[in-house]
Amino acid sequence: MPSFSAIVIGGGTNGLACAGRLAAKGCRVVVLEAGAVAGGGAAVREFAPGYFAPALAHTTRGVDARVMAGMALERHGLGFHPALATCVLNAEPLSVMRGKTTGADAAAYAALIAKLSEFARVLAPFRGLTPPRLTSSGNEWGKLARLGLGIRALGKADFREFLRMILINVADVAEDELTDDRLKGLLAFDATLGAWLGPRSPNSLILLLNQLACGPDILVPKGGMAALAAAMVRAAEAAGVVVRCNAAVARVLVTEDRACGVELESGEVLAADKVISAISPRTTFQKLVGPRHLDAGFFSRVQHIRSRGGAAKLHLALTAAPDVPDLQARMVIAPSVRVVEEAFNPVKYGEVPKAPVMEFVVPSAFEGDLASEGHHVLSAIVQFAPHAPKAGLEAARAEMLENTLAVLEAHVPGLRGLVAHAELLMPQDIEARFGMVGGNWHHGELAVEQMLFLRPLREAAQYGTPLPGLYLAGAGSHPGGGINGSAGWNAAGMVLHE
Amino acid sequence: MNDLTHFEVPLRQTPFHARTAVLNKLNRWGPWAGYMTALCFGDEAMEHTAIRNGASVYDLCPMVKYRVTGAEAAAFLDRLTIRNAGKLPVGSVHYTVWCDDEGRVLDDGTLFRHGVGDYLICCQERHLPWLLASSAGYDVAVREVTEEVAALSLQGPCSASVLDAAGFDVWGLKPFRMVRFAFQGGKVTVSRTGFTGDLGYELWMEPAQALPFWDHLFASGAPWGIRPIGTDALNLARIEAGFIITNMDFIPADQALREDRARSPFELGLDWMIDWDKGHFTGRRALLAEKEAGSDWALVGLDVPGNISAEGSILYHGKKREAGFVTAAAWSPSVKRSVALAQVEAKYRKGDDLWVEIYALRELQYVKLMLPVTVVERPFFNPARKRATPPGRF
Repeated sequence: MPSFSAIVIGGGTNGLACAGRLAAKGCRVVVLEAGAVAGGGAAVREFAPGYFAPALAHTTRGVDARVMAGMALERHGLGFHPALATCVLNAEPLSVMRGKTTGADAAAYAALIAKLSEFARVLAPFRGLTPPRLTSSGNEWGKLARLGLGIRALGKADFREFLRMILINVADVAEDELTDDRLKGLLAFDATLGAWLGPRSPNSLILLLNQLACGPDILVPKGGMAALAAAMVRAAEAAGVVVRCNAAVARVLVTEDRACGVELESGEVLAADKVISAISPRTTFQKLVGPRHLDAGFFSRVQHIRSRGGAAKLHLALTAAPDVPDLQARMVIAPSVRVVEEAFNPVKYGEVPKAPVMEFVVPSAFEGDLASEGHHVLSAIVQFAPHAPKAGLEAARAEMLENTLAVLEAHVPGLRGLVAHAELLMPQDIEARFGMVGGNWHHGELAVEQMLFLRPLREAAQYGTPLPGLYLAGAGSHPGGGINGSAGWNAAGMVLHE
Repeated sequence: MNDLTHFEVPLRQTPFHARTAVLNKLNRWGPWAGYMTALCFGDEAMEHTAIRNGASVYDLCPMVKYRVTGAEAAAFLDRLTIRNAGKLPVGSVHYTVWCDDEGRVLDDGTLFRHGVGDYLICCQERHLPWLLASSAGYDVAVREVTEEVAALSLQGPCSASVLDAAGFDVWGLKPFRMVRFAFQGGKVTVSRTGFTGDLGYELWMEPAQALPFWDHLFASGAPWGIRPIGTDALNLARIEAGFIITNMDFIPADQALREDRARSPFELGLDWMIDWDKGHFTGRRALLAEKEAGSDWALVGLDVPGNISAEGSILYHGKKREAGFVTAAAWSPSVKRSVALAQVEAKYRKGDDLWVEIYALRELQYVKLMLPVTVVERPFFNPARKRATPPGRF
């Protein structure tokens, strides 16, 4: 029976980052990936003959700088295209790059983004921290105090403003600070991207701050999202990690009240001192560990980790370039705060919105080999899609696709005529394909009440779990997902610290 | 009363109410788990005397009951409770407790094993949400059956003789075992269990059998002076037996509002029940840590000088420093001593230099007493007859 010092379940960016960091410190690590290739949400998929699209994530706000440097990802071939501008599609399209834009609100928008970026700057270090415990012992008080002082150092006025805004909803901010519906819609869309929140839901601004804390720019890796994963695999393997694909884990093995290995679905057994799960915490505890090794209260709370996904993924195979202002920009269709909110309303009742909001990129404009000469692929994240459709999955998917194509056609005239093939992944499809419970990208909703020391649950917020020897390292843990490897890197730090 | 006017009659009546209501000369009723229950039928001293010297009958119907059935019932109960439910033989009963994740006691109760995959939990508080949450992932069904089972507790040295006269041969029945008898076309289960620390039996039946059974039992027991008893007399007997009651001697962890109120099995003197080797159970890791680190509290039995009950009193170390508090106390007619159950800070569990401050009411005037107490073994009253098989014929 092969024996490792650590088994990492799940070969997504977090699993690879965790494995890479552990291996660099001399651990014998194996990464077990259920799919045919590692990468998780960062993968490529041939969704129609000859057409390839990013399987799930199509942009990133950048890999965690610690992961970039620690795994020497640049040396292993990871590079990025120049940052993408955002183009708000409208009767009068608007181009936005960081805080820079044009029109009547240009100055107000620049000031707002500057303010939010400043807040994000002082919050960013928390992303690299093991969440503190709500007890008197076991915290890195020095570090916490420094981070707290960092926030206080914003100055009296900004600190007060920070406290006012930290838990506010994004719609209020947009209404307060801006007049241009295109920018208000963009702000509302960006804050709620990948969340199960509408712009008027409490605390929606903090998600935007979190994105800004990941990085100011929207990036596409050279070679596509799959190249990011491939570089991470190469870097991990160079550090000594064994990456095994098609190795789905059936259960975590426990002896003497300690996780001691895993059994694969093939029946193969692997032993290790530590088992680190970079997949969904709910799947980890409910399916891989099971109730027999966990306290009833904890197991019950695991079932109640909220994990509803509201995002659908659309892939279009196009016979020619779509008529958009800039093929290498990120397009956003979110005409106003109200439209974003109204796209969220129906999903609360399991219904499909009439006019969904979305962002899309044209990956083939970056990588020519994703489609044949002259052809293109369009990759869109469409919100909001019901995670539990009343009408049933098939009917909801068909309606969602039709409504999405109608909105697209209205903003990109002639697009429907170019569509050779369309694939829409509903939250349930995303769950089935990527193991994301409820189809939620973050393996558990990223919301204030599921953040920091409450992510995924109080008992497992410091990457360790109630089951000795079992750790969490995925997006379900602090600081959540986003194709940056932060959670995995943090988790490895905790494992090494112990 | 109907579904819309139930609030006008807030307390339910047990299946024996038609008999107990007539006998309750004082009309002294109290609430118990949503039912009205007799506190005293007429004379607490005579009722206590029936427990210790004759045969007494207590209406157990309000006791909360859960039936646990299914292939994994034993596995479910092993995870739920601290004791080994899988090892409990069919036809047997054991006392047990269950804890939350932090190893704090949620309740205690008795567990009856009616079949390989068929258990009955009897307890003081309601726990259905916790039991259902705990059942996730187990092939088991948990159902509250409080209203589907009527029960009487027949306690006292003559109780076996009374049952014999009633046609139920229980002479060979050992403590914590049960046996079924036919009764008027139905079945009555007799378990040798009780809450008095004396010889006694609990009698379980369908509600429809309740009144005919009561009449049959009282007719059979008349020569032994069989007598219905209320909660007051039972409480006195259980204090003598050193038994604790949820929400009287400790607060269930899920009801405690103050963080320091919940107690672990160690702190209630129940750690002897923990089966560390049966595999994981809820609270195990927390209890293991407590075993290493030590507990904050201890539950002790106290011998108190004089004849004034120390109920509700505060305990002091060296007469000055608060060391704990009395949770139950009485002057015991059986042992002719004043006894008490108390929670003390663990460092005072030996009882050195421990004092109790009693406010004694003497003709409408409180007198403050500061008396030295001694920690003594429980039960305070422990007659050999409660264990003897066959029990004595009286």
